[in-house]
Amino acid sequence: MNFDWLWRESDMIFDLFVRHLWLSAVPVAIGLALALPLGWLVHRSGVWRGPLLNLVGLLFTIPSLALFVLLPWFLGTQILDPINVVVALTIYVLALLVRTVSDGLGSVPRETLQAANAMGYRPLSRLLTVELPLAIPVIAGGLRVALVSNISIVSVAALVGTRQLGSLFTQGLQLQFLTPIIAGIVLSVALAAALDALVLFLSRKLTPWERRPA
Amino acid sequence: MIEFQGVTKLYDGAPAVRNLDLVAPTGKLTVLVGPSGCGKTTSLRMVNRLVTPSSGTITLDGEPTDRMNVAQLRRRIGYVIQHAGLFPHRTVAQNVATTARLAGIDRKTARRKSLDLLEQVGLSASLAERYPWQLSGGQQQRVGVARALASDPKFMLMDEPFSAVDPIVRGQLQDEFLRLQREIGKTIIMVTHDIDEALKLGDQVAVMREGGELAQVATPRELLVRPADGFVADFVGRDRGYRHLGFAPIDNGLKLASEPVVQLGASPAEAAEAAIDGWVLVCDAAHRPLGWTDIARLRGPVREDDLNLSSTLAPMDGSMRELLDAALSSPSGRGVVTNTDGTLRGTIALGDLGGILAPLHRTGAERHS
Amino acid sequence: MILFEWLLDPANWSGPYGAPTLIWQHVVYTLAALLLASAIAVPIGLYVGHTRRGEFVIAGAANVLRALPSLGLIVLLVILFAPVFASDLAFIVPSLVVLILLAVPPIMTGTYSGVANANRAAVDAARGMGFTPLQVLLRVEIPCALPLIFSGLRGATLQVISTATIAAYVSLGGLGRLIIDGRAQNDYSQMAAGAILVALLALVVDLLIEFVAFATVSRGLTRRGTNRFSTVRRLLKPNRS
Repeated sequence: MNFDWLWRESDMIFDLFVRHLWLSAVPVAIGLALALPLGWLVHRSGVWRGPLLNLVGLLFTIPSLALFVLLPWFLGTQILDPINVVVALTIYVLALLVRTVSDGLGSVPRETLQAANAMGYRPLSRLLTVELPLAIPVIAGGLRVALVSNISIVSVAALVGTRQLGSLFTQGLQLQFLTPIIAGIVLSVALAAALDALVLFLSRKLTPWERRPA
Repeated sequence: MIEFQGVTKLYDGAPAVRNLDLVAPTGKLTVLVGPSGCGKTTSLRMVNRLVTPSSGTITLDGEPTDRMNVAQLRRRIGYVIQHAGLFPHRTVAQNVATTARLAGIDRKTARRKSLDLLEQVGLSASLAERYPWQLSGGQQQRVGVARALASDPKFMLMDEPFSAVDPIVRGQLQDEFLRLQREIGKTIIMVTHDIDEALKLGDQVAVMREGGELAQVATPRELLVRPADGFVADFVGRDRGYRHLGFAPIDNGLKLASEPVVQLGASPAEAAEAAIDGWVLVCDAAHRPLGWTDIARLRGPVREDDLNLSSTLAPMDGSMRELLDAALSSPSGRGVVTNTDGTLRGTIALGDLGGILAPLHRTGAERHS
Repeated sequence: MILFEWLLDPANWSGPYGAPTLIWQHVVYTLAALLLASAIAVPIGLYVGHTRRGEFVIAGAANVLRALPSLGLIVLLVILFAPVFASDLAFIVPSLVVLILLAVPPIMTGTYSGVANANRAAVDAARGMGFTPLQVLLRVEIPCALPLIFSGLRGATLQVISTATIAAYVSLGGLGRLIIDGRAQNDYSQMAAGAILVALLALVVDLLIEFVAFATVSRGLTRRGTNRFSTVRRLLKPNRS
C-alpha cells in the first residue's frame, strides 16, 4: 500500500466515494417507492401473481454491463450520463423488491387480517397500519440484499465511463498499481456494511414487537 | 417381546429416562403415557436406537439391540410418527412401498403390496398416485401406518401417531387401528400424552412421570381401579370410577325386563296401552329401537317427530359403562339393551342397576387391598 | 437501426471475432466456472445442511462475497497473478477464480437451506425405517432440496454470465469483448450487439435451468397437479418410475 498516494488523492477518492454512495442509494430509494405499490398490486393479483413475478424476475437476468450499454438507446441519453446507471440499478432493485413486498404482504397472518376486518378497518388503513408494518421485516431483508448488491454493481459502471469507486479499479489496472484497487475494494465493502447496518437498525427500530435472538 | 433392562438416558447429566425396566409382550400393544418431558418419546426412540441409551440394555425377543447393525435393527421395526413424515417427493404408493423396498422386495411385488395395504388401512386405491400434500391429515396418518406395515415387521413403534388430527378423525383412526391390530397382532410400543387414548388402545399401559421414572405398569382397568400412587390417580383423571366400568363386560346372565313396543304409525290408544309410566319404546319393523315417545304429548299416530332421541343403546357385547349410560340417558329411566345385530333385547331400570354395579365395586375393592 | 447494425452484418458472424465464437467462449467460461463452483459448493452445502454444523459460516460467506465488488476483485487478481502466469493464463485464471468465488455462495446457500429445510418428520421417519445416513441424504434430503438447489444455481449462473462480461475488460474473451472493444472504438452498434447477445444468452440459460428444474423436481414438491410434462420426465430419467 502506498499511503502517500492515498493522502495525495484523498480529495478525488472522497469525491468518488460520495458519487458511489449516491449512485447506489438513490436507485434503492426510487425502487422502494415504486415497489411498494407494484408489490401490493402483484400481491392482490390472484392467479397472475406467479406469472407477473416471473416476468419481473426476467429483468434481473440482464447482465449489468449490458443494461448500462442498452439504456442510453432506450432513454436517448449519452452513454456517459449517470442517469443510465441510476435507471439500470432502479430496474434491479425493482425486480428484487416487487417480489419481496409481495412476499412480505403475503406473510401477514390471515387471522390478523380477519381480526382487522372484523374491527372495521377500511382497506387502505388496514394496508398502511396493519399489513405494511407487519411486512417490514421481510421487506427490509430484501432491501438489504438490494443495497449490498447495488454497491457492488455500481463499480461496473466505470467500464462505460461513469465515475465512482469503480474508477479506482480501472485506474489501478492502467497504472498496474495496487493501492487504488485495494482502497476501492475496502471503501466499497465498508459502504456496503454501513448501509446494511443502517437498514437493519431502522427495521428493528420500526418493528419493536419482533422477537429476536438475544 | 421388547424388553428394557435398567435403561437410563442422561442429557448433560440430567436423566431423561431413569432405570427403566419394562416388558412389551409379544403381540400386545403397550402404551407409554405421561406428561410432556417424562421421557416417553426418548424411551421409544431408544428401541430403534434413534437415541442411544446411556446405560442398560434393550432386547428384541431376547437379542440385545446394541449389538445389531443399526440399519438392520430399524428395518425389523415399523415406525410411525406424529405428522406421518411421508416423503413429500414420492407418491402415496411409493411411500408405502418404501419399507418393503428396503427389505429387498422387488418393485412390482412391493407395489402390489402397497396397494393391498392402502385398502387395509381404509384408503381407496385411487389415492395411490397422489402426493402427500394432496391428502388430509388423517389420510396421511393412515399412509404412515401402511408404510410401517409394508415390510411386515414383527415390532412397531408409534410416536403420538394420532395426535395431529382432529378428535373425530382421531377416534376413527383409533377404532380402525384396534381392529387392524386384532388381525395382525404386532408387538407394539406406542407413545401418547392422551390418557384416554392409552386406556382405549393399550393392552398394557405404562405411566411415566417427570424425570423419566416409571410410575406404574398395568392393564387399563387396573390403572383405573387401582392407581399406584397420587400421581397416577391424578394423571388417570377424574371420573375414573365411572370410566373403569368401560372395561367390565355386560354379564350374559343379566336379567332384563321385556319392553312392550309399538311401531311408527301406531295410534295414540295403542301407544298408551303399551306405555309404562307414560313412555313407550318405538321400534322399526325389524325390531330395532328407534326412540322413546311421551304418550302425554301424542296428538295422533306416532310420527318420527314424536321420538325422543336422547337415549343411548347398550349392545349386549358392550361394557357396563354403556349399560349405565343407556339407563342414565333414557327419558323413561329404563336403559335399552340390544342384541349384537341391533334388535331389542330388553330394558333395565336405573334403580335395578345399583345391585348389578355393587359386586363390580366390591371386586375392585378386594383387589385393592 | 444502430442497435442491430453490427448484428445484421454477415461479416460479424464468422471468424475468431464472430458472434458464434464469442458466444461459445462465453458459454465455456460460464460452464467451467459453474462446474468448479458446484464441485466446491454442493458438498459443503450438503455437509452443513445435513449436520447443521457451521451454518453461520455459510451465511457469513454469502454476505461478504455479495458485498465484494467483482470488478475490483478481478483487477486485483490480474495484477497479482500477472507475474506468476505466462500468456493468456494471466487473465484467464484470475477471471475464473472470481467467477467461481461469485458462484459458490448462491449454490452453497441453496444446497444448505434446501437440505436443512427438508421435511424434518420425513427425515426422522427415514432414519427410523432404517435408511443409512447416505440413503437419507440421497433419497430424501437431496430430492427435497432440489428446488432450492436449482434456485441457487440460477442465481449463480446469472452472476457468472454477468461477471464474465465484465472480465472482458482484463482481456477475457466472450461477449464482453464486443462491449469493451466497441467502447474503445466508439462503435455503439458493436457495444449494443454485445449487450443484446449477452442478455439473450442469460435469458436462454435461465429458462433452460428452469425447464430442467421443472422436469426433475418431483410434483409432490412443486405441488403442480398436471401431468403435462410427464413424458419429458420419463425421457430425462429413463430408469425411474
